[in-house]
Amino acid sequence: MNIPHVLNKRNRVLLAELTRTDFKLRYQGSVLGYLWALLRPLMMFAILYVVFAKLLRFGGDIPHYPVYLLAGTTMWSFFTECTSQGIQAMVVRGDLIRKISFPKYIVVVSATLTAVINMLINLVVVIIFALINGVTPSLSWLLVPLSLLELYVLALGISFLLGAINVKYRDITSIWDVCIQALFYAVPIIYPISMVAESSVMAAKIILLNPIAQAIQDIRHNLITHEAITTWNFISSFWVQILPIILIIIILIFATFYFRKKSKFFAEDV
Amino acid sequence: MKRSLGTRIEVNSPDSDTVIKVENLSKSFKLPTERSSSLKQSIFNVLSGVKGYKKQKVLKSVDFEVKRGEFLGIVGRNGSGKSTLLKILAGVYTPEKGRVTINGNLIPFIELGVGFNPDLTGRENVYLNGALLGFSRKEIDDMYDDIVEFAELEDFMDQKLKNFSSGMQVRLAFSIAIKAQGDILVLDEVLAVGDEAFQNKCNQFFKKIKQDKSKTVVLVTHSMENVRQYCDHAILIRDGVVRIDGSPEDVANDYSLENARRFNDKNEEVKQVAVENVNVKLLSNDKITQKEKVEVEITYNVKENIDTYVALTFWDIQRGQSLINSNSKALPCKGKGKKRLNFKVNISPLNDTNVRIYASIRGKDGNILSYVLDDDSPTFILRRNDYPNENKKTTDAVLFQRGEFDVQG
Repeated sequence: MNIPHVLNKRNRVLLAELTRTDFKLRYQGSVLGYLWALLRPLMMFAILYVVFAKLLRFGGDIPHYPVYLLAGTTMWSFFTECTSQGIQAMVVRGDLIRKISFPKYIVVVSATLTAVINMLINLVVVIIFALINGVTPSLSWLLVPLSLLELYVLALGISFLLGAINVKYRDITSIWDVCIQALFYAVPIIYPISMVAESSVMAAKIILLNPIAQAIQDIRHNLITHEAITTWNFISSFWVQILPIILIIIILIFATFYFRKKSKFFAEDV
Repeated sequence: MKRSLGTRIEVNSPDSDTVIKVENLSKSFKLPTERSSSLKQSIFNVLSGVKGYKKQKVLKSVDFEVKRGEFLGIVGRNGSGKSTLLKILAGVYTPEKGRVTINGNLIPFIELGVGFNPDLTGRENVYLNGALLGFSRKEIDDMYDDIVEFAELEDFMDQKLKNFSSGMQVRLAFSIAIKAQGDILVLDEVLAVGDEAFQNKCNQFFKKIKQDKSKTVVLVTHSMENVRQYCDHAILIRDGVVRIDGSPEDVANDYSLENARRFNDKNEEVKQVAVENVNVKLLSNDKITQKEKVEVEITYNVKENIDTYVALTFWDIQRGQSLINSNSKALPCKGKGKKRLNFKVNISPLNDTNVRIYASIRGKDGNILSYVLDDDSPTFILRRNDYPNENKKTTDAVLFQRGEFDVQG
């Protein structure tokens, strides 16, 4: 995996072709087709909205709370879809890996790109809802792609690392499923972080050091309401603030090295 | 857990005549002795000091070279290491020891239609398959019509692949394989596809590619007919070692014999040896003309009270095919004891040839009871004296005239 070779012509073509195929096949045979890419997160949002915003009355003090909730669930679905597809990718494409030689990272990236496409479609919906809800477009919207990229890099790093282990030890898939469940409650998606801060400021700070929470709160802050609590406005020390970013960089570097080392043997191990 | 590594490098030097060079290549696999693809099992294994796997050496120090324009055949029995070798050439497996150098653009077909998806149309599958083989959309655009035409599937390309018959699917995959524009084509057991008309077409294609000196083909096959027809160089792999590296004839002969012997080995394991001391003696001259008859004496010893008969094969050494097969089943030898048989064989229908005489002793239902080893089988050379010299050169095949086959027992 020489750096100049990573995205040479051959690899770009293959990546595009595999992603196209993945996306085309995802909703094959369903009546609504691609619409499901939109409907699924919207339905999940509807459920969460009824339960948490209407019945439990969370987020009373947050402006545009429904959109705030929708942005959170959209990003969360993106993260979970990305990692679960990415970790499984090598096993799902085992047939190709056993028979043709090509850079293995393409399989992981193509699997996650479908999630990226879905997320981008959903983001359009979030923006439409935000405008309907009375959110005024601001310059800070331009910072959103940065957070999306951060979330994607994290998901990719986890996919490379756990995906490589998963080739040999399929337990990883199940373990990650449980981790995802736990993470869902560790990230302020359905509950506002202010609720945690009311009972323990320390706990809220720890929650915000999670890169997923940091990225999602940043997106909410920049896209929907500047009243949203973020890592940057809630934690004062610069060196503590950047911990999530450092964590992502460490995961990515370690994952890349590990994946490169193991990828030579995927064909025989998968 | 550390796995040692050999190297596989791809170069592009059109000046060099060698397109594939394999030096001292070894590969072994760890076969799990129990289901160890769970974390629990591996942790248990590490803690209790159990290895949890068995090391199997699949390739042991393989060396060979393929020149530009060559048509190389790789033969060997199942499990001899052919496919592993091919996968290493294709870059799917990493060599454990040694060095593989590929000079040029290698297109591997370990299996036809890798990545074919039943829910995509024929056209989409061609593009997907092409991308997997390393072609850009533009390059596939250029060969698309050729592929479809060769596969004879013009009317079906916008149908989903699952609506193709299995024969059509294989035809499409095979057409991609042979129309793909690479310098080195690696094919694993893929020749027997399609109906007879398609077979003929493939036949033509391989004959053409054999002539093309810019294209190199590596073919793994079990068909000795294919080896003789297409290859101009062959290697025989047995137990992970290159046993023979030479002409297709040598390799094909040895392979056929090896298979015959394995069959025997098994039989002998189960059964008590009922027949021993088989001996073939050539009584006539070992250089003869068509006018003479070949006289063979066979002696053997039967230890049980069974019916036996002698099967005799005159084997053309150069062309690797049998010329005459005796069938003396009608004249079995009854019971125990020493047997001595005399055969007189009329060879007047044959053209010039070098012949080895193989003999085996068979039981009532044709099962082999014993046979004569290669080294103990006599050979003779037939040189006709009734043809002018120049005529001989043009007659490549063994000539058969009407003839007779005398047996005196």
